[in-house]
Amino acid sequence: MPETMIVSRGLRRVYKTNRQEVEAVRRVDFAVEQGEIVGFLGPNGAGKTTTLRMLTTLLEPSGGEAMVAGSDLRLDPLGVRRSIGYVAQGGSTDPEVRAGEEIVDHARMYGTELSVARGNGEALFRQLDLDGMWDRRCKTLSGGQRRRLDIAMGLVHQPQLIFLDEPSTGLDPQSRANLWEHIARLRTDLGTTVFLTTHYMDEADVLCDRILVIDDGLIVAQGTPDGLKRKVAGDSVVLSLEDQRSTVVVAELVSHLEGATEPVIDGTEVRFQVPEGASALPMLLRAMVERNVDATGVQVHRPTLDDVFLIMTGRSLRDGAESATDRAAA
Amino acid sequence: MRFMTDTWLVFSRAMRLSLRNPVWVILGLLQPILYLTLFGPLLEPVANAPGFPPGTAWQVFVPGLLVQLAVFGAAFAGFGLIAEWRAGVVERMRVTPASRGALLLGRVLRDVVVIVVQGAMLSLVAVVFFGLEAPMGSLIAGVAIVALLGGAFSALSYGTALKLKSEDSFAPVINGLLLPILLLSGILLPMALAPGWLQTVADVNPLTHVVDGVRALYIDDLASNEVVIGSAVTVGLLLVGVLYGSWVFRKESA
Ligand SMILES: Nc1ncnc2c1ncn2[C@@H]1O[C@H](COP(=O)(O)OP(=O)(O)OP(=O)(O)O)[C@@H](O)[C@H]1O
Ligand SMILES: [Mg+2]
Repeated sequence: MPETMIVSRGLRRVYKTNRQEVEAVRRVDFAVEQGEIVGFLGPNGAGKTTTLRMLTTLLEPSGGEAMVAGSDLRLDPLGVRRSIGYVAQGGSTDPEVRAGEEIVDHARMYGTELSVARGNGEALFRQLDLDGMWDRRCKTLSGGQRRRLDIAMGLVHQPQLIFLDEPSTGLDPQSRANLWEHIARLRTDLGTTVFLTTHYMDEADVLCDRILVIDDGLIVAQGTPDGLKRKVAGDSVVLSLEDQRSTVVVAELVSHLEGATEPVIDGTEVRFQVPEGASALPMLLRAMVERNVDATGVQVHRPTLDDVFLIMTGRSLRDGAESATDRAAA
Repeated sequence: MRFMTDTWLVFSRAMRLSLRNPVWVILGLLQPILYLTLFGPLLEPVANAPGFPPGTAWQVFVPGLLVQLAVFGAAFAGFGLIAEWRAGVVERMRVTPASRGALLLGRVLRDVVVIVVQGAMLSLVAVVFFGLEAPMGSLIAGVAIVALLGGAFSALSYGTALKLKSEDSFAPVINGLLLPILLLSGILLPMALAPGWLQTVADVNPLTHVVDGVRALYIDDLASNEVVIGSAVTVGLLLVGVLYGSWVFRKESA
């Protein structure tokens, strides 16, 4: 097995539609080591699926090059296909076909022996809570069950490297937790390298060794979840006050706090960031009592990947969809 | 070797689905049998008219129906592929190391098998109930030729479907092409009855030669020019279809 499973150098992709050119992926450089679980994070339309489709040989890059599982993407696409598994964002099963037949046939296309294919398939059905679904037609499965079947199909031939495009969309919290465990176990038991895209910050935080943040076709940040969080300037504090007058007083006090950011006044709330929220706050509250100003509520929160995302891309993941359409309209 | 296993896998998957829903196979047969029953009798008196090619009405008519059966059955196969593409099945198969040609050929083979079954049943009905007279060998060879022709059209249909990826644009293309080429091949009435300009146009149509070939087979003219040309045209169409289809499957973003 190669030590570095993915090396992408300047991968780029332009879609030509009849009227315009869309530069979906501008320039993507990164490497993924063997056995790593790497999360690919970005708002809608950032270019995640496009990057994955290039790395899995489905889409010809408009520029750049990549080595995937030790094979050159352009020179040896067959070598790449032999070593990888791919779970597409939009599903992969025929509504009329039985679930068990789909998974066995899929494994067989990788040259897996029939008995092995069946054994692996049945084991995955057990592990991903699909017991009793083997003989069911895919159209009779629920959305989440069908998603788990997609994932099982991507794993059935035990690839060294697996690409998962938003694997946990549509899964309930328990199935998601189960999936995380399963992915973590794949790495421990089989040394599988995992490259996955997600919109869930908690998923990236819990599951991934490393995170790549992509925005508008460019990688804007990469690092471990903790490392990325450390980049964000401290804890966020929100003080709720009784009236507008108090906000002015508090904002003035905050501006004297050591290391605090410029306070933002929002209605009767004051927000700011400070390196050590837990120790800065008592001082601030004492000063407020001296000035006769009462706080009706105080919130402090440690930086999350959401904050990282907000700072790196200038928007929260929640409104990613909006800004993507804005850009398309522009 | 790898290619054969892949083709077999794709074929058996497709075949399993067809067998589970055989109603389409039956419906496909219904149309030519209706033609035999309701249109065939009209031809019997015409068969003695001057200009009508040699052979009985049935020897002229049944080959046309066979060709129509194969071409219609196969040309619409692409609809199924668009549905598969939409479900993500095609993309899922394209990330596996399976040969791109096998992804096409397995499906084409299923259509060929279906046409063989339908063609054999149609021939049988024509012989038993309508008094078609033709040597056994010719009947078999006739089914074989139209099965290959069906393979050509099914490959072309899959290629076109995967290129267009939408039923709304695929349907008009198929209908717009099928009607003229079927009308211009002398399927229902021999082109020998047509005015000169129409015959000239029909001569350019490959299907005319396939139909003429099978007709020649039925009047036991095994080594005639028509049979040789008809078979050669069929094989040529098959080659073009399979090359085009696998090219589309191999290309990116299919
Ligand atoms: N086939 C296509 N033709 C034209 N433009 C496309 C095509 N596919 C994607 N795009 C555009 O490329 C950009 C990137 O799309 P992509 O699917 O890679 O985004 P994504 O990061 O996977 O988003 P999401 O989170 O919504 O899945 C988008 O602006 C999209 O509109
Ligand atoms: Mg996507």
